[in-house]
Amino acid sequence: MLKVNDINVYYGAIHAIKGVSFEVNDGEVVTLIGANGAGKSTTLQTISGLLHSRTGSISFQGENIAGVPAHKLVAKGLAQVPEGRRVFLQMTVEENLEMGAYTSSGNVAGRLEKVYDRFPRLKERRRQIAGTLSGGEQQMLAMGRALMSDPKLLMLDEPSMGLAPILVDQIFQIIHELHVAGTTILLVEQNAQMALSVADRGYVLETGRIVTSGTGAELLADDNVKRAYLGG
Amino acid sequence: MTFFLSCLISGISLGSVYAIIALGYTMVYGIAKMLNFAHGDVIMVGGYVCYCALNYLGLPSLVSVLLAMAACTALGILIEGLAYKPLRQAGSLAVLITAIGVSYFLQNAAQLIWGATPKTFTSVVHIELPQTLTNVGVSSEALVTVLVCVVIMVGLTLFINKSKLGKAMRACSEDKGAAQLMGINVNRTISVTFAIGSALAAVAGVLLCSSFPILQPTTGSMPGIKAFTAAVFGGIGSIPGAFLGGILLGIIESLAKGYISTDLANAIVFAVLIVVLLVRPAGLLGKYVPEKV
Ligand SMILES: Nc1ncnc2c1ncn2[C@@H]1O[C@H](COP(=O)(O)OP(=O)(O)O)[C@@H](O)[C@H]1O
Ligand SMILES: [Mg+2]
Repeated sequence: MLKVNDINVYYGAIHAIKGVSFEVNDGEVVTLIGANGAGKSTTLQTISGLLHSRTGSISFQGENIAGVPAHKLVAKGLAQVPEGRRVFLQMTVEENLEMGAYTSSGNVAGRLEKVYDRFPRLKERRRQIAGTLSGGEQQMLAMGRALMSDPKLLMLDEPSMGLAPILVDQIFQIIHELHVAGTTILLVEQNAQMALSVADRGYVLETGRIVTSGTGAELLADDNVKRAYLGG
Repeated sequence: MTFFLSCLISGISLGSVYAIIALGYTMVYGIAKMLNFAHGDVIMVGGYVCYCALNYLGLPSLVSVLLAMAACTALGILIEGLAYKPLRQAGSLAVLITAIGVSYFLQNAAQLIWGATPKTFTSVVHIELPQTLTNVGVSSEALVTVLVCVVIMVGLTLFINKSKLGKAMRACSEDKGAAQLMGINVNRTISVTFAIGSALAAVAGVLLCSSFPILQPTTGSMPGIKAFTAAVFGGIGSIPGAFLGGILLGIIESLAKGYISTDLANAIVFAVLIVVLLVRPAGLLGKYVPEKV
């Protein structure tokens, strides 16, 4: 589904991503773990077209999408839930969801119902301004908004960030459900324990390079990963 | 009493023109986060295009106004694409200086094309009104100006809140990156905003020149600055704020002219702005949005 091949991304003179390659297959949940500043968000933003790589290629469903502007990628089936949620705080819950389906011509009303079924909280608050939602509700809104485009690949950037443990469990439960329903997911997390337990495969990113990869279970058992990311 | 009433009416009418111009300022600010100081000069261009269509081409009033709107829409898109778009990543000071440059460019270009000698604009909306109305200062120009302003205000509010494009504009004004992730073409949305603002500027120009028939290359500057003031007064970025700010500014200016001094009227207008901003830094209806961490 997604094949990232040797990308190098710079912020001015800062070389943030150094020759990263990985892939995500149909129906998989793949996680990218790493410490703060490792380059996880930069990688996601490069895939979604907000940033551009100087080298290499990014192939999505067989098409090279490197250099394609972000707004054209949604229609191709790529959706990103950005770090820090970034819902439109001054718009209502339902307007936020409508924005998620901005380029969709299909059955938007049907998708809205599906999102509301998955997140009943959002339905209760559909007329409310997003800025008045709690952090957990905003994360659900951000995920619902991304699902409104009926994506082939859903990319999540630290969905558990800043949430209480019970909400973190809920978010991961939803990721698991989406996985079971057949959605392909690329999950970026600092919460390595949770991410690896829900993922089929994972990659470990350190200062812009992939240093280890393996199945979720392999990485959970890996001594280096344990020491660096699992607190033991 | 009659004098007060006539001051009030001319104030509301003048304020309506300010409000229409201020809407352009505030929409562009809301989305592109820039002050388009050339906006006032687009008004002047609208006035000239309408003047030429009426006097040289002999077109009917309504057609002339539509032509002015079309010309200004194109001009707005052109200015944004040529002058501002390349500066999307630049600092706000660079953008501001460019906007001032565009303003001078338009004024000088107008002088080159139409000359510095003022033209006498013929009102596009003149109708003889009964004596009872004209006695209290009601003119057909004033009536039409207020009416048009209300129609624009209602139309724009519906557009921004209900239409898909309007919602996309609100999304862009909040978070351009997230808007792109929704599939919204941010550059095109900014372009559309300039187009709408500039079409409104043409309407304002025609209405302004219908009430004050002297048309010259600097015609747009002072109303432009006043409308900018009105937008800040009402809360820059807020559409109802631009409306309220414009009307209030017009009334204050008109009352100051009538009761205090014609020469001091502008000073009084700006003094009021300063006081309001000291008390409410975000303007009357503006929201104070804390910086995101
Ligand atoms: N806008 C930016 N400008 C300059 N450097 C940046 C910017 N964003 C991120 N970086 C740098 O790029 C590196 C990777 O950042 P990021 O992708 O945000 O990491 P992560 O998401 O893994 O925490 C870090 O060293 C960070 O300081
Ligand atoms: Mg990050």
